[in-house]
Amino acid sequence: MSNESKVDCGRRRLVVATAAVGGAGALVALVPFLSSMLPSERAKAAGAPVEVDIGNLELGQMMTVEWRGKPVWIINRTKPMLETLPELNDQMADPNSDKDMQPEYCKNETRSIKPEYMVVVGICTHLGCSPSAKFKHGPADGMAADWLGGFLCPCHGSTFDFAGRVFKNKPAPDNLEVPPHMYLSDTRILIGEHKKGA
Amino acid sequence: MASNSNYEKYKSDGSLQGNLLEWFDARFPATSMWRGHLSEYYAPKNFNFWYFFGSLAMLVLVIQIVTGIFLVMHYKPDAALNASGIPIAFASVEYIMRDVPWGWLIRYMHSTGASAFFVVVYLHMFRGMLYGSYRQPRELIWVFGTLLFLCLMAEAFMGYLLPWGQMSFWGAQVIVNLFSAIPLVGEPLSIWIRGDFVVGDATLNRFFSFHVIAVPLVLLGLVAAHILALHEVGSNNPDGIEIKKRKTPEGIPLDGIPFHPYYSVKDIVGVVVFLMVFSIIVFFAPEGGGYFLEYNNFIPADPLKTPPHIAPVWYFTPYYSLLRAMVWPLFGIDAKFWGVVAMGGGVVILAFLPWLDRSPVKSIRYRGPIFKTLLTLFVISFFILGFLGTKAPSYAFFGVIPGAPVAQLLSLYYFLFFLTMPWWSKIDKYKPEPDRVTM
Amino acid sequence: MKKLLTALLAAPAIALASGAALHLDKAPEVQRDNAALQSGARTFVNYCMNCHGLSYVRYNRLTQLGLSEQQIKDHLLFTADKIGEPMRIAARPAEQKAWFGATPPDLSLVARSRASEDGSGADWLYTYLRSFYRDKARPTGWNNLLFENVGMPHVLWQLQGIQVLNAEHALELAIPGTQTPAEYDKTIADLVGFMVWAAEPEAGFRKQLGFGVLAFLLVLFGFAYKLKKNYWKDIK
Repeated sequence: MSNESKVDCGRRRLVVATAAVGGAGALVALVPFLSSMLPSERAKAAGAPVEVDIGNLELGQMMTVEWRGKPVWIINRTKPMLETLPELNDQMADPNSDKDMQPEYCKNETRSIKPEYMVVVGICTHLGCSPSAKFKHGPADGMAADWLGGFLCPCHGSTFDFAGRVFKNKPAPDNLEVPPHMYLSDTRILIGEHKKGA
Repeated sequence: MASNSNYEKYKSDGSLQGNLLEWFDARFPATSMWRGHLSEYYAPKNFNFWYFFGSLAMLVLVIQIVTGIFLVMHYKPDAALNASGIPIAFASVEYIMRDVPWGWLIRYMHSTGASAFFVVVYLHMFRGMLYGSYRQPRELIWVFGTLLFLCLMAEAFMGYLLPWGQMSFWGAQVIVNLFSAIPLVGEPLSIWIRGDFVVGDATLNRFFSFHVIAVPLVLLGLVAAHILALHEVGSNNPDGIEIKKRKTPEGIPLDGIPFHPYYSVKDIVGVVVFLMVFSIIVFFAPEGGGYFLEYNNFIPADPLKTPPHIAPVWYFTPYYSLLRAMVWPLFGIDAKFWGVVAMGGGVVILAFLPWLDRSPVKSIRYRGPIFKTLLTLFVISFFILGFLGTKAPSYAFFGVIPGAPVAQLLSLYYFLFFLTMPWWSKIDKYKPEPDRVTM
Repeated sequence: MKKLLTALLAAPAIALASGAALHLDKAPEVQRDNAALQSGARTFVNYCMNCHGLSYVRYNRLTQLGLSEQQIKDHLLFTADKIGEPMRIAARPAEQKAWFGATPPDLSLVARSRASEDGSGADWLYTYLRSFYRDKARPTGWNNLLFENVGMPHVLWQLQGIQVLNAEHALELAIPGTQTPAEYDKTIADLVGFMVWAAEPEAGFRKQLGFGVLAFLLVLFGFAYKLKKNYWKDIK
């Protein structure tokens, strides 16, 4: 009897040990298969940082560049445009950009590195449509009479100001995302990368 | 042994886990499947080395399906040229090899798996011949097996087109053209198969569809049928005697042991050893010396330039030799047609083995010198046919013995081995079978 | 049974005992020598890439040879703007076809596709690139002892000099080039080494990983074997 239980004990240990080693192997074997679904070298190359020359971007104008397949807007904001921002604070869902929708260096009143240049991903934070520019005051762009200029998402009507901040009580939950970016010179921006350590 | 309905249903011990199991088992034959196919499926206790290859074939099937699923995520069946002038299908394979994280490993597992599948299946079939596993009452298992082999060949052939290299292209070109040898309907048939006048984008896309979904579905169904039929009649063994003839009063075969745990733990050892050999190839010699991945297949398909020497992948070469052996027109029909008949016949004839063999005993252990000699010659000639199939028809052994007539002679032997079996298996000597299996 | 197995094992051995045709020089092994591979990369970019692409290799892959991204940008990146782009040629395949009559093939996989029973793809390339000789009958003025009537001229002739066929139908250096024969062989060895690397950049890692996997399986085998032995004690 005691002999039999000893055999069983050894057997039990062996079953557990073999299952543990085999199971660990199977888990490690999952790694290649699951990693194969990560972005490939091609996707990474396509998603590499984009260099943009903003030398020709006139005051009050906006340009769109593609980064990781998404539209990134660069807006050269005029003084009146910038002046609308503090006025709208109490209509905003997240006026002080408390949510993590921008790099630390853009967590300021204008959500930008240089006040005049806004760099923002033009994808609505609701369901991923690209909002359209409604820069003119009042009803000129088909907006309400008290509209101070900004963006309107055509899909579900979310509205954003010139800093990409979302208005209160709209479907979009968050401000537009500010991508990591840095100035290579006064007129050249690198989108997708910021200074090491920044 | 596996008449599933007679097992008692699971009874809960009152715990939550037990209650769940009881609920499940009342609605699904879990207990009866477990007991009927594993814990109370009694297999002869004297299985030897040759009995590993059935479970290994299952393992390779799983490897092929899993790696295949991940390859399909990145592969593109498109014969059009990309910006660098390379066919998109070919480039997508190199994309998997270089740009997809770990893609190279998944691809090498799949390409090595194809060859491993045939190694394992050939050994599995040979086991059947050694021990008469195809004999009554296991004829149907063998017939399902032959169909599986046929399906596997179709699966491998269509899969081989997908990398869209030179060998892919010209191999498919040659094999599809075989169908044009069939009198009257041949030409339209081969055009219908290709969907074009040459192997082209349409062919690539339909082969992709067949390789990825149609044939695997049939394969899985046949595997289920193969195993169900096996578990209905019970496994043969190296002694070729029926263990069900001698049972305990409870009805358990005296020479039987439960498949689980005894053969499950044994098969795990086989699986680990197999994985070692498999890994050595995948990690150190994925090209298999040009036999698993042919060198010419690293050149994109070029419909205007045939490589100087086209050979199918090694696992087809014995049958390719049968095809090439037919060089004479018969009954007013092209030699080409008879080549197709020989190749197809070479596979189909296997299915008739259960009825061709008239020996009173099953296993080679108790069979006479005629069987042993002829089977040895059969294996040797199968190897030589396979070897010659990788060579040009002009090949000569040591530069002097011409290969083509040798292949013709051995092809003749291939068929005579089967066709004369009813006669020689009857007149052969045999030893008396033992009552009980020998370990 | 034993006899049968012996016969089984012997059959392929007999079948394989048959002669090879081409004589190829053995290419030196340089896969672990980053300096050699870097020099091969330079030769490739400066000479081969005027006509042949290496379009499955991305420039940033060259970091694997010990180059920094900045070094690649400064010295090797001539045909693309971004470091993540493939090493394509500047010309379009269709234009090339118009100029040369045929598109010079992409060389990403040439070290694999040129392998044969006679030797590895590296051996073939190593022999081929050292076998050009002057032949007035050819439109390019060059012929090759290994690849007869080859379409490609001897791009590296300034390095090697000019070889001719002598009376015994063997190669002979008629006019020396800027490199000595030993230096030229080294240049080619490096270049071929680079092409072998480019044909499968993961090959080195693949082999390393293989040892790890086998070591693991050996451990698993130990446990599985003991487990089997333990259970099979029951079976008499």
